Amino acid sequence: MAAEPEAKTEPIATRHAYGDALAELGENHDDVVALDADLAVSTQSIKFGKRFPERFFNVGAAEANMMSIASGLAASGKVPYCSTFAIFAAGRAYDQVRLGIAHNELKVRIGASHGGVSLGEDGASHQMIEDIALMRAMPRMTVVVPADYNQAYRATLSSYERDEPMYLRFGRPATPIVYDEIPETLDGGVDVLRSGKDITLIATGHMVWRAIEAAESLEQQDGVDAEVLNVSIIKPLHSETILESLSKTGLGITAEEHRVVGGLADAVRQLAAEQHPVPIFAVGMGDEFGISGTGEACMEHFGLTARGIADRAREALVLKPIVSRPPLFGPQWT
Amino acid sequence: MVVNWFLFDKLCGAAVHPQVPSPGDHTLASAMALPANLAAVTHLKPVPDPKPPPKLAERAETQPRVAELERWATVLRIDCVRMLAVAKSGHLDSSLSAADVVAALYYRVLRHDPEDPDWPSRDRFVLCKGHAAPIQYASLAQHGYFPLEDLTGLRRIGAHLQGHPDMRRTPGIEVSTGSLGQGLSMCIGICLALRLDGLDGTAQVFGLLSDGDCQEGQTWEAATSAVHYRVPNLTAIVDYNHLQTDGTTEEVMDIGDVRAKFEAFGWDSVEIDGHDMQQVVEALERSRTLRKPAAIIAQTKKGKGVSSMEDRFGFHGKPPSPEQAAEALEELMAKLDEQTAALLEAGPGRGVE
Repeated sequence: MAAEPEAKTEPIATRHAYGDALAELGENHDDVVALDADLAVSTQSIKFGKRFPERFFNVGAAEANMMSIASGLAASGKVPYCSTFAIFAAGRAYDQVRLGIAHNELKVRIGASHGGVSLGEDGASHQMIEDIALMRAMPRMTVVVPADYNQAYRATLSSYERDEPMYLRFGRPATPIVYDEIPETLDGGVDVLRSGKDITLIATGHMVWRAIEAAESLEQQDGVDAEVLNVSIIKPLHSETILESLSKTGLGITAEEHRVVGGLADAVRQLAAEQHPVPIFAVGMGDEFGISGTGEACMEHFGLTARGIADRAREALVLKPIVSRPPLFGPQWT
Repeated sequence: MVVNWFLFDKLCGAAVHPQVPSPGDHTLASAMALPANLAAVTHLKPVPDPKPPPKLAERAETQPRVAELERWATVLRIDCVRMLAVAKSGHLDSSLSAADVVAALYYRVLRHDPEDPDWPSRDRFVLCKGHAAPIQYASLAQHGYFPLEDLTGLRRIGAHLQGHPDMRRTPGIEVSTGSLGQGLSMCIGICLALRLDGLDGTAQVFGLLSDGDCQEGQTWEAATSAVHYRVPNLTAIVDYNHLQTDGTTEEVMDIGDVRAKFEAFGWDSVEIDGHDMQQVVEALERSRTLRKPAAIIAQTKKGKGVSSMEDRFGFHGKPPSPEQAAEALEELMAKLDEQTAALLEAGPGRGVE
């Protein structure tokens, strides 16, 4: 058993957590195998590959082949971790993931790095902004989007303990730390990071630290007391924490580095619409593709910033007295 | 060990094609809305083969002969026609073209044990051309992986026999297939897992591809990686029947000399007549001695065994009409009688030819 890793304190990319934790999994479990499609340095699966070369398969630029090989490995009792960019994992190899992995309920983990527009310079061809939607729609697939290195480390380690097919989304840029420690568990996948009573900011992945910043700015500039939730498991969505918060604040803002269609926004809106109808405003990608630039410039271009979240919250708060009301019926969350 | 199945055959002969349908068959016949005259000709309920498949231990002693395998191929074809006639849905002609290869595999070449289906060092069979599921279902049922009567549930709601093989529902299926091009990659995954478990010296993985599989780019990604990973225990059989949904492969998308293509990818590659049982058995058994990826291009005819369908375009994915099914069954039954008679003539001796 390897020593428990130290929690990071400085900004670092979530994909590094995947690589570090994957190597640790390899140390502890003989049945863990890793596959990559010529991106092992980028996805960080190289750390596993160097330590366990006999259990590491680099299939070259052939993502479809990788996913189907993983099906064969998993059907024969191995636990494959497939790594590539999110664009190829969810886009190019969708059918292979769908039939070979999800339909078969095989214990395959897809480590999709470079999700969203924050990968930057490579531009639209590489910026995957609909993978959460695709994977949410896929039956039997669990979708995990960790917020920082420490949570990503736990997400990767605990993925081994579960049996269902799993899609884990990681990012390219160094990301500020949200969790001081490596959390013990992901729990239900929804954490309350900051308590508040006026509005709920519901964020995932790279938008979580920005949501915390937005909440601070709202408090300082507007005296608004915002609650911040981190949704690290988007599917299945743990509804209780979200509903509890929404029933308290009566207003929600979602934030994701993804299309609002099919993403966290839709997941939360669907939940709220069915069980506790309150207005949910969304920060995310509209009907548009990504663009080249530095990662941070891309985020700013699309308004995926703390400022973007705070501004959306201010708009929503103006409307709140008009549109928000206690529910007439349905569960009462205290 | 010599099994006296000839006596068994005589005792059970009536069961192969009873003249009068049993009460159970009436429901099937009425489900098909058969004209009365056809009801007497065809009974659609699969029946046990009077000569059951040899057990693994028996096969280790004496391998079934080519003539026996040919007869079993006919048994499987009959089951396929029955299944499709009841289901009124499915790919009959694609199943028939693969019947000889599949019979050779399940009855002779594959080291598999229906009593211990998860035996770790068993040979694996992956039906990459998942649409030919009926032929695999027939083989599995005849070998006792599940009851023979389950075959009548093909493609029916609530039954476990899905339109394409489903590893989570049907015993004996290694991995679900049905989307062309993925199967060979899955075979390689199984080979790699066997290597990690130290079983690649004994367990061979057989994948049966269609010409459609060879049009999918992923098959060639897989062909590349099989050689790169030096998998020693992989046999890919291409059921090259030259007909696909929209026409002949030559018209739709000519895949040309598939044998040369696999050879160029670094495989051992041979071309055989996929309906010549001797050639089929020899090629399959040779492939497991090579210790490198082996391709067998089996030139076949779609709908083989049913003359109205054989090598003719327009039957892909179309179930036989009751009339066509009756005609096909009549022809195949006659063939089975002929083959059984010839085997009786030849005597009970079993041996490798």
